[in-house]
Order: sequence, then structure tokens, then C-alpha cells
Amino acid sequence: MASTTNSQMFHKTFVRESPVRQRVMGAFFLLLALSIWFFFARSVDGSAIASFGLSTFQAKTQLDPWNLPALNTLYVLAIVCAILGGIQLSRGFKKYTNAVLAVVVGIFVFGFLVWATAGKSLNLVGLFNTTLSKAVPITLGALSGILCERSGVVNIAIEGMMLSGAMVSALVGSLTQSAWLGLFAAVLTGALLAYVHGIFSIKYKTNQIISGTVINIFATGLTSYISAKFMQVYPALNNPPTFGAIAIPLLADIPVIGEIFFVNNLFVFAMFIFIIILQIALFQTRWGLRVRAVGEHPKAADTLGIDVFKTRYTSVILGGMMAGFAGAYFTLGSAGRFDEVMTAGRGFIGLAAMIFGNWIPTGGRAAGLLFGFADGLASRMAILGIAIPSQFLLMLPYIATMIVLAGVIGKGHVPAADGIPYEKE
Amino acid sequence: MTTNSEQPKKPGVGQIFLEELNNRFKPPEKEKKRGRVGQTIAIPLLAVFTGLIIGGIFIILTTEQVYAAFGQSFGAGLAAAWEAVSKAYSGLFTGAFGDPARMIAALQSGDELQIRRAFNPILESLVTSTPYIFAGLAVALGFRAGVFNIGAEGQIFIGALTATFVGYSITGLPAIIHVPLALLAGAAGGAMWGFIPGWLKAKTGGHEVINTIMMNYIAFRLSDFLLTGPMKRPGSFNPVSPEILPSAWLPRFFPDPIRFHLGFFIALGIAYLVYWYLFKTTWGFELRTVGTNPNAAKYAGMNVTRNIVLAMSLSGALAGLAGANEVLGVNRNLAMAFSSGYGFDSIALALLGNNHPLGVVLASLLFGTLRSGATRMQLTAGIPNDIISILQAVILAFIAAPAIIRTIYRLRKPTVEEAGVTIRGWGG
Repeated sequence: MASTTNSQMFHKTFVRESPVRQRVMGAFFLLLALSIWFFFARSVDGSAIASFGLSTFQAKTQLDPWNLPALNTLYVLAIVCAILGGIQLSRGFKKYTNAVLAVVVGIFVFGFLVWATAGKSLNLVGLFNTTLSKAVPITLGALSGILCERSGVVNIAIEGMMLSGAMVSALVGSLTQSAWLGLFAAVLTGALLAYVHGIFSIKYKTNQIISGTVINIFATGLTSYISAKFMQVYPALNNPPTFGAIAIPLLADIPVIGEIFFVNNLFVFAMFIFIIILQIALFQTRWGLRVRAVGEHPKAADTLGIDVFKTRYTSVILGGMMAGFAGAYFTLGSAGRFDEVMTAGRGFIGLAAMIFGNWIPTGGRAAGLLFGFADGLASRMAILGIAIPSQFLLMLPYIATMIVLAGVIGKGHVPAADGIPYEKE
Repeated sequence: MTTNSEQPKKPGVGQIFLEELNNRFKPPEKEKKRGRVGQTIAIPLLAVFTGLIIGGIFIILTTEQVYAAFGQSFGAGLAAAWEAVSKAYSGLFTGAFGDPARMIAALQSGDELQIRRAFNPILESLVTSTPYIFAGLAVALGFRAGVFNIGAEGQIFIGALTATFVGYSITGLPAIIHVPLALLAGAAGGAMWGFIPGWLKAKTGGHEVINTIMMNYIAFRLSDFLLTGPMKRPGSFNPVSPEILPSAWLPRFFPDPIRFHLGFFIALGIAYLVYWYLFKTTWGFELRTVGTNPNAAKYAGMNVTRNIVLAMSLSGALAGLAGANEVLGVNRNLAMAFSSGYGFDSIALALLGNNHPLGVVLASLLFGTLRSGATRMQLTAGIPNDIISILQAVILAFIAAPAIIRTIYRLRKPTVEEAGVTIRGWGG
């Protein structure tokens, strides 16, 4: 085990300084610069204006839209990309390469938006609002995965836990006519399923991927069964109250930022709070150190007197609660009703966001927002009348995850004991 | 060593040596072996049995009439509970195998349509089982090579896409060429979808579970795009492909409404091929060695990388055949909703069948029968057919953690180490 960790660390430093990687990255930046010119700039009318709306009609202070001459903007963006690519090729950004990569990709995405909006208008505030709400289940799913996997338990059942949370919250919410009770029940359901996952993978040492598959199949079956047998027959059982948007006083009145960040429903705020809490808890507290120790080297942790089993159970159950909470978003925070398999793979994208974010909460947030942005943009493509089918945009998160997993961006740090049941001697 | 106190004479050194030799190289006792084989069969059977019982309890708990009857009296409650379960399971049985009384009546009447209708359920169960056999074999083959192909669902979609495309776009071929061509196209499509994660695992170490899950969603989006765009049936409002040409149809053996087609026998043939490949060829031996102990395989000079890529590709090809079989044999076109989760169910099938082709075929027949019967149960007893997914999950749970079944039925732990699944999480 120690040797693999060492070789990984060696690999990591090696990759950073690698001249091959430096050149590949430089070429990639140049390629993006070229694409901005080739695909976007060439097909834009010289006089077209891209108009980005900066406030929705609900805002107190209406801002004028941000008008950009599309063609010139695209040229500037392409040149900036090209210059960055040139520097990368000749000198290299060394340890800032990944940060520059993020900037270049950001420029490319902005170029895409300018191209798509040329001659039309797009409301940026609306787009970012959609991004935030679409990012909620993905980010919370990532947090759920981080909690489990940092302690060394692979959890591919996030999807199933979310789905069950969604169904139970709709059912309980409708029965009690209380969104809070529905939310509570969803969290409890997630915890219960996670406990089952814990029993299988920690106590019985079952293969954790199979255990996750069991829960996913079970959750799909159970929720569809209850839905078909009761919720579709008695509509009153599928009519939960929802959490509306809350505007935070004062902060909500800040132009643009206020509308994007401070007028949202409970789930968006909770997402940000959970990220901060988890980030601090994992990396600044004794509890977090223990969880990570158990996930990296359970035997060493055990020798030091940490109860490996208890720590893993706690983490897995907390992860399940997070997934259940994310499930409630679908019914109580968004649709206001439960539909069969309504999570539609968000749990799995959450898993992808966890990997993309390198098993770090803030990284998971970044990935969640990125994937949410793809999701939000896809729903607007049709309105903008873009020729690219939205399905390809929706594929991007998955493809990006595979690229990250392949180690092109640099090897991620997987908890060393992830997925290996602990055998106490 | 049998040194008795009543035998004062000590055995000589030579005798001890011979006895030791005997003990060491003695073939395993027959009893022990039987015990192990017995458990390999007993645990799946008990798992299915327990699953059905839990399903029954679940049906009772979700039937409103039972609660009402328990409100009247305890006896009435029990009767209502019994009625609910027996109604559901008899619906399941007649849905899966047909109604014996109706069969006899049909045979007596001699009306051909009546006979066909009466015997349709059992043949329909075989039709439902067919894609399960292919997909179960796909996952089992992967498990044997130590890779977890959780992406059978995506491979099924791609296989169906390619088979459908060949099925409707190439015209003027005789069936004898068109059918194999379409099947091959399906296998090739699935193989390609399995090759990518296999190659990524072998070359970069990216875990195949994550990659195949990602490939699943890429496949769904791709199908969605193709069926709403380039492959959409002209003039149709729904995302559905054009009708596959009759020359590419898998031949059916009986007139309507019986859909029983050649695919079932192809599936059995492929199952035998997989068995032969895994257990009778050097390649199969290499594949299994890589699966059980990659390090040993490496030191024995086997090419681990190549075997992993090969296993994922073959696994994908089998899953692709499942998709091709469905579109060419049953649906004769491709719509987004054509797969009812065969890919995920197949994981349960492979494990229930102990990753052995024969076991997979038997497990597929069981699940195919259950699925097919559940459709009728939904009609007669009002039990949603999603109950089968619940059953499946429960059965899979028991198979994956045999300790639970052993505790319930007080079975002894086998002396021989169980051949578990050797898949690790992404940390190992």
C-alpha cells in the first residue's frame, strides 16, 4: 500500500514538471483559441451585438443590458487564449497550469455564449440562477460521496438514496402538509438506506459496488411501486408544499450578485452552508482527521485507537442524510410532486462531480456548478436557436469526468483505502 | 494419525511418512465437495425463496384491504392477507406459464388461435428471458476477468442503435445475410462501447465502474440525439427509428400473437460459446487468471492489459447483442424506452448464476419469467410490476452477502474459501 502511495506522489510531482504535459496543454490552449476563431468568429455577422441581460423583471433596480459587439469580442477572446497558449508553450505556467486551464476554458465558454447570443439577447442572471438550482442536487450528491469515500466506503447508491428521499419527502410532505417534516423524512430515509449500505459493506464486507447496486435497484423498484400503487391513484398523496424563494434582506438588493446569490430557495443556501461546514469539518477538525485517516490507512488509525467501524458508519450515514436532503430538493424545492425515476441520474453526476472535484468539498462545488451550468445552458439552447443539439452539451460533464479520471489534468487523490473493507485482526 | 492407546506398538517412521503423503495428496473427501457444491446451489435457491417471502410480506403491507380486514377481526385480517398474496402470486404464475385450465380447454376446442393464446404466456417468458441471457453473460464474463461492467445498459443502447441502423438502412439483402449482419453490427457497437472503458482502465487506471457509468449516460444522450434527429422516423412526432426491414427480422416460429423468435436459441448457443471460451480454451484460462489474481497472471507471462481490454470488449459485444436481439426480434424499431433496465438487472443475474454461463441462463429464465408474469399480475391483482425490482434487489443482497442467508437457515460456513467477486473500489 505504501509503495503505491509513494509512486502516486512521485507521479504527481513528475506530471507537474513534465515538458510533454506543458506542450500538450499549450497546444490545447492554442486549439481553443483557434476554435473560437474558426467555429465562432467566422460565422458571426460583423455588426451583430450580443446583448446580455443583467437583471430579471423582478429586480428593484433595473440595469441596462450589457451589449457587446460580438465579432470584436470574439477576436479579443481568441487573442487572449492564443497569448496564454504561447506562454504555456514557451515558458509554461508551472504550478499555475491548472488555474490557467480553468481561465482558458472559461474564456472559451464565454466565447460560446457571445457567439450564441450574437444578434439576440440572453439573460445572464436567469442563466446563473438556473445554474445554481441545477447544481444543488449535483453538488449535494458530490458532498455525500465525499463523506462516504473519505472514510473508505465507495458509495454508488447516491442515486438510489436521492430517489428514495424524493419519494418519501413528497409522501410525508403531502400527508402532513408540512415541507419541513417532508424534508426531515427524506433525510431520515437517506440515513436508513446508508445504514443498510453500511451493514453490507462494513459488517458483512460485501463488495461495496454490488451493495450500492442493490440499493439502487431496490430504491428504483420501491419508489416506482409506491408511486404506481398509491401516489398516482390518490393525487392528494402527491401534493407536497414546497419551499419558496427567500430573499435575504439588504444583500438581495445588490445588483446582479444579489439576484443571483441572495434570492434563492432553502436548498441553494443550504448547499453553500454544507460546503463550508464540510470543508472545515474535514480539514480543520479532529473528527475530519479521523475520517481521513480511516479512509487512507485504517490499520494505522485502528492502532492509534480510532474505532474504524464506528467512524465509517458515521460517515456513511451522514453521507446518506446528505443524499436524502438532495432528494428532497427534487420534490420540495423544485417540482412540487414526485414522478417515477425523477432524479434521472443526478446522483451519478454527483459521483462524477466528486471525482472532478478531487474528493474535496470546494472542488465538488466547482464541479457541481460547472455541470449545473451545462445543464442550465442546455435548456436555453433551444430558445436561442443554436444549431448544436443540446444532447451534446449534456454529454460534456460525463466526457469531462472520464478525461479527468484518465489523469490528463493530473492524477487526483483517491483515498487510499477507498472500497476496501476493513478486516480487524 | 490414528495412534490408539490400546495399540502399544508405535508406528514406524516409514509408515508415518506414507500416512503423511496420503493425507497431503489425498483427493478431497467426497462429502466436503458435496457440501460446497450443495451450498453453491442452496444459497441462490434460498435467496430466491426468501426474496419471494419478503415480496409477499411487502404485498400484504401495501394492500389497503388487509388493514381494513384487520380492523374487523384478526382472522379476517389473516384471510385478507392470504388472499392478497395468493392472488398476486397466482397472477404471477399464470402470467408467466399460462393458465392450465385454459390450455386444456383450448386444446379440446382445437381452435388454433385459442391454442396459441393459451400457450403464449410461457413462450413470452422465454422472449423476455432472451435479452437477460445476453446481458447476464456480458456481466458474468466481465466478473470472470475481474472487471465490473456496470455499463451494460449503455452498451445495450449502442448495440440496438447500430443493429437498427443496419436493419433499416441497407436494402435489398436476403435475410440469410441481413440478419447476421445486423446482429454483428449490434455486437460491434456494444464492443466499441465496452472497449473504451476497458482501454482506459488498462492504460490509465481509470476505474471501469465510473467510466462505464459515464458511458451509459453518454449512450443515452447519443440515442436521444439520434432518435430525435438523424435516425428519426420521417413524419413521426415521437422519437422512434424507422421500421426495421423484414429481411433483418429475427424469424418468429409461430404466427401472432406469439413473439417467440430465433434469438432465444442464439442466446443459448452464445451461452455455450462463452462456457467453452472461458473453461475450455487457453484464452479463457488467461482471462480467468487475470480476474482472480492479476499479479500471478503477470508473473506467469500473461498480458494483463490485453486481457482486460479484451474482456471489456467481449462483455460489451454480448450486451450489444442483447440490444440487437430486442430490436430485431421483438420491437422491430428503436424507441428511447426500449430497455427496461436490462443492464442493471444483469448484474443481479450474473451474481445469482455464480458467473457461470449455465447459472446465468437459469437465472435469466427465472427473472424473465418473473418479469413476464408481473405484467399479468399488474392487471389481475393490481400489484405494480415494480415489485420485481424489489424482489431482485433483495435476492441480489442475499447473494452478495451469503452470511445473511446462512444465519437465517443455519447453514454451516463452507470449509473452502468462496470464489467471491474480486472487484475493488477505486482506492485499491
